[in-house]
Amino acid sequence: MLFTDLFKETCSAISANKVRSGLTILGIVIGIGSVIAMISIGQGAAGSIESNIQAMGSNLITISPGSQASFSQVRAARGTAQTLTIEDAEAIAENVSGIQAVAPELSQRYQVVFKINNTNTQIVGTVSSYLLVKNIEMAQGSFISEQNIHSLSKVAVLGPTTRDDLFGEGVNPVGQTIRINGINFKVIGVTQSKGGTGFGSQDVMIFIPITTAQKFLVGADYVSTISVQAESSQIMAQVKTGITNLLLTLHNIADPLLADFSVISQEDILEASTSMTNTMTILLAAIAGISLIVGGIGIMNMMMTTVTERTREIGLRKAIGAKRLDISLQFLLEAVMLTFLGGVLGIILGSGLAYGITFFTGMATKISSFSIILAFSVSASIGIVFGYWPAQKAAKLNPIDSLRYE
Amino acid sequence: MIEVKNITKVYKSGDIETKVLKGISFSIKDGEFVVIIGPSGSGKSTLMHILGCLDVPTSGQYFFEGKDVSKFSDDELADIRKKKLGFVFQSFNLLPRATVLRNVVLPLVYANIPKAEREEAAKKVLLNAGLDEKHFVHLSNQLSGGEMQRVAIARALVNNPSLILADEPTGNLDSKTGEIVLETFKNLNSQGRTIILITHERYIAEKAKRVISIKDGEIVEDTINRRHKIVQQIKE
Repeated sequence: MLFTDLFKETCSAISANKVRSGLTILGIVIGIGSVIAMISIGQGAAGSIESNIQAMGSNLITISPGSQASFSQVRAARGTAQTLTIEDAEAIAENVSGIQAVAPELSQRYQVVFKINNTNTQIVGTVSSYLLVKNIEMAQGSFISEQNIHSLSKVAVLGPTTRDDLFGEGVNPVGQTIRINGINFKVIGVTQSKGGTGFGSQDVMIFIPITTAQKFLVGADYVSTISVQAESSQIMAQVKTGITNLLLTLHNIADPLLADFSVISQEDILEASTSMTNTMTILLAAIAGISLIVGGIGIMNMMMTTVTERTREIGLRKAIGAKRLDISLQFLLEAVMLTFLGGVLGIILGSGLAYGITFFTGMATKISSFSIILAFSVSASIGIVFGYWPAQKAAKLNPIDSLRYE
Repeated sequence: MIEVKNITKVYKSGDIETKVLKGISFSIKDGEFVVIIGPSGSGKSTLMHILGCLDVPTSGQYFFEGKDVSKFSDDELADIRKKKLGFVFQSFNLLPRATVLRNVVLPLVYANIPKAEREEAAKKVLLNAGLDEKHFVHLSNQLSGGEMQRVAIARALVNNPSLILADEPTGNLDSKTGEIVLETFKNLNSQGRTIILITHERYIAEKAKRVISIKDGEIVEDTINRRHKIVQQIKE
């Protein structure tokens, strides 16, 4: 039997029972549609997390304190060590090659007051290179200068959200005085909004000179993190090792396992979050995949009914010379055609859903060619898998019994 | 052309064996018109299924054009049906959703004949079977019984078979259309086609040259029709 004839037979068989075919493929449409929508949500989330991480700065390496090693073998919690200092930051800038900029920071939460408004937010004591390392741009005024750091100036740069909280939207606060933990600070600038509401959003922070923070707010000379920007992404690993070795020497630690700091590059964070969103995507797609299997069983059910209904027709086809293969191909193609149609409609439905989600909730979604290819191949293979048994049943029918079938 | 030697057919249902054919032997030459007659349950349908390569005998040999087909596989039998045989059934067995033309080209579809060629062949046999050209595009379930059976005959002829098997072809028709259909078979026979017709009605048997009578799975009579002989003698 020629393929064009087979195709024609299939089309006429499907269109002969439009309502039933339509209802049957609905299962596949919903299955494929939800797989597409779920994957697009997952990939959209991955994309937005990735861009949030990239927005923190490029080629970023973060050194954070580990647990304080004490003389007794009792170790304190990670992040509690107070052994990182401005001197460490300066040593890194001087001795490790391939570094663009180094910005130590000391941050802590304080109550901030302007007239009758007040808020509790993160106060970040840092240096002028912070601007470069964290990719921050100024909206109004200027950032902390070297001069501010040397002279322990009581100046503050506000994040746009904090500015809105204290002064109201669109008000220029430069020149005004705010009180942080009871100490007056003069506002010298506002940073550009970076968006993102995730962890560590810079829009809510207030930046002050690190020396001021150490002396007037915290009253200690350690720093809470050191951010390092490498010159390029290729040398990240090399810079990371350089920093680790230098700090181990400076802190007199022989065993790297006992280090009182940890060095994490942006790639590490990116990798962790990517694997997290991948897991989420797989989970969502797997749940949607269950509906695909249910849809496939629906197809099988319909094909079984069709084979029974058309027993006489199958008998006749056999009597006039159709071989087993001719019959089984005919019914298999019918099942594949149904699932394929379902796949096409499902892709349209899924894309529509993804578009709708973005439109109404603002959540990022991304329809990749991967998910479309996946949907096509899955729907075609569901047709083959669930159409095979009914097709075999049809092919094995005995022509005599089939011709007599009432 | 065909020869059956001591054919038996046994159906098993659980432990009970039913012997439907009990050793049947005969041969049919090219161009013969044979009526196989017998009451229901005589085994004539089973015999026809074997002759039509729809089934194989339990024992015995069946030579079709010199080849023993009694041990052929399903697909080999399908090949013979496709190339050498034409069937006409009591209940027509047309595809209801397909047009008349589509029904008739169907055997050629399975024989992989190109579209233009097979449609030409189908139109030729349809006209030959006495069906008006205006019916060609109708769906087959819109036709009358007589028209349906003529379409079925056209379908049986379209692959130019060496043997036509008709199983009670007039069973679902009124006597007048039945006559016309029988006349069609006679015409085909006079054109040189070999025809085997199965029936339980005596009056049909009287029209054939040769009658094989079956009862309880055995041949009870295999005769050249007496009346036919007389008619022949008168003609001469």
